Amino acid sequence: MSTRPLPTLEGVTSPPHAGARAPTTGLDPESREWLRCLRADGDRDPCIARLHHLLLRAARFEVARRKASFAYLRGDDLDDIAQHAADDALVSVLRRLPDFRGDSRFTTWAYKFALLEASVKLRKRSWQGRELPLEPDVWSLFASDDPSLSDAAEQAELLSAVRRLIAEELTPHQRSVLIALAVNGVPIDVLAARLNTTRGALYKTLHDARRKLRARLEQQGFSTQMEDAT
Amino acid sequence: MTERRDPHDQLAHVLGPSAPEVGCDACFEQLDRYVELELAGIDADASFPGLRAHFAGCPACREEHDSLLALISGDAPF
Repeated sequence: MSTRPLPTLEGVTSPPHAGARAPTTGLDPESREWLRCLRADGDRDPCIARLHHLLLRAARFEVARRKASFAYLRGDDLDDIAQHAADDALVSVLRRLPDFRGDSRFTTWAYKFALLEASVKLRKRSWQGRELPLEPDVWSLFASDDPSLSDAAEQAELLSAVRRLIAEELTPHQRSVLIALAVNGVPIDVLAARLNTTRGALYKTLHDARRKLRARLEQQGFSTQMEDAT
Repeated sequence: MTERRDPHDQLAHVLGPSAPEVGCDACFEQLDRYVELELAGIDADASFPGLRAHFAGCPACREEHDSLLALISGDAPF
């Protein structure tokens, strides 16, 4: 178990009986035990330490999955990311404990917080200090090194229409978000942090922009049915 | 920066999924149950419509789905 001190939980630790809305009947024994010990009166520190250990394992799992993309980071740096992810996930899990409804095993529910924190930290690390491409030249979109990909007439007309609609129909904010996320591959968490907004709000903007493009294309007689992105 | 030189792939990213989808917040709320249903061989998409389409439109949520699935399916050694 980690010898690092646990994060400060003052003001975020759920009070005893938090999570009381979660049905305890129907839960697997392990989940029931997690709820019991996290809700317990008295000293919950050993239970919280076990929870942190669980979250750290999940965060390390995520870091290990992605470490090939971070060859420039040392092992200590990667483990530091996992440790901070586990710390932040612990705070989130304890804060959100009253929301746990028992729809899944407690460990599955808790793991997702650790994976989220670890993946967000890794994405932010990979873009640290880099300028975000928000205002591109729309007319350079869909350019390809392989002329055979863009020369087909039916495709060329569609691509041209999309370029024009992006330039003329989207708001400046929708255009910036669409280009950054969907064209330039800026991670949504990175863009959310730079624009001081949330992932959910940014995705809503992206979704609205996409819907507007699809609607205009269909109005102009184009088919927008295609395979989903890979 | 992620290079997407294939214009067809780029177009798919720009237009996003055609099917109705949930947002990132709803995706996170439902992700744990969805993954457990997948592992149980139950039709998770029938229980949580809009999640699969969201994974197609949101690389971040898709990555987190794939990670959670891998984590709990392997009960991986750490």
